[in-house]
Amino acid sequence: MATDALSMTLSALADPTRRGILATLARGAATVKELAAPFDLSPPTISKHLKVLERAGLIQRGRKAQWRPCALRPERLHEAAEWIDRLQQSMEANYTRLDAVLEELNAVESNRKPTSEND
Amino acid sequence: MNRLKIETEGETRIIATRRFNAEPKLVYRAHIEPELIRKWLHGPDGWTMTTCINEAKPGGKIHYAWEDGQGAGFSLTGEFIELSPYTRLVHVERMHLPDPTPDNHVTTNFKNDGEGGTIVTMRMDLPDSETRAAMLAS
Repeated sequence: MATDALSMTLSALADPTRRGILATLARGAATVKELAAPFDLSPPTISKHLKVLERAGLIQRGRKAQWRPCALRPERLHEAAEWIDRLQQSMEANYTRLDAVLEELNAVESNRKPTSEND
Repeated sequence: MNRLKIETEGETRIIATRRFNAEPKLVYRAHIEPELIRKWLHGPDGWTMTTCINEAKPGGKIHYAWEDGQGAGFSLTGEFIELSPYTRLVHVERMHLPDPTPDNHVTTNFKNDGEGGTIVTMRMDLPDSETRAAMLAS
């Protein structure tokens, strides 16, 4: 089997159980027991999957025997940060336009009010 | 003071907060009336919004589309789940790039700030990494 990083990542992801494990870890770190819970698989089988994910660099594992917490590697989140930046830019542009739309609406509203309510 | 702030909640959610100088009723209307939406919800620079459908009722359809005038375009479709004038909107949406992305659940709150303004808080799910990559590429 090819051992370059991309091949290992792709082969790690080519299994639904491993994708399920990553989805769980996306919500926060979990122990091996917690990761095994949704699947009807034995602990050794889950450990095999975790080894594959660890070798592909997709997860990191803590130290404490069976209760070793697993977590997503933070590098994967850089991509999320880039996406959020783009989102922030386009939202800012849209919201600046919304400021102008609301100014127009405010002007219309205050013209409509009876004069006794205008200060 | 009105600056847009984006935070993440856990690893799967984004919260965008922004204050506007108008009362909640007007800000809420600007989010659901197509004539108003067209004025501010633009696509990339130079693109035109060719479709703007917003049926403001539970189960109501949302459909926005933008084109660049040179053959490229993308759209967003969705459905309303809950509307509470003038405090909350809940809907699902997905983009078509052109393949549909997974559904994104969005909750938008409109809160009177007691000074004539509104604080809008929009909570949405972070798309999965394939979707993020597709959106960055589009």
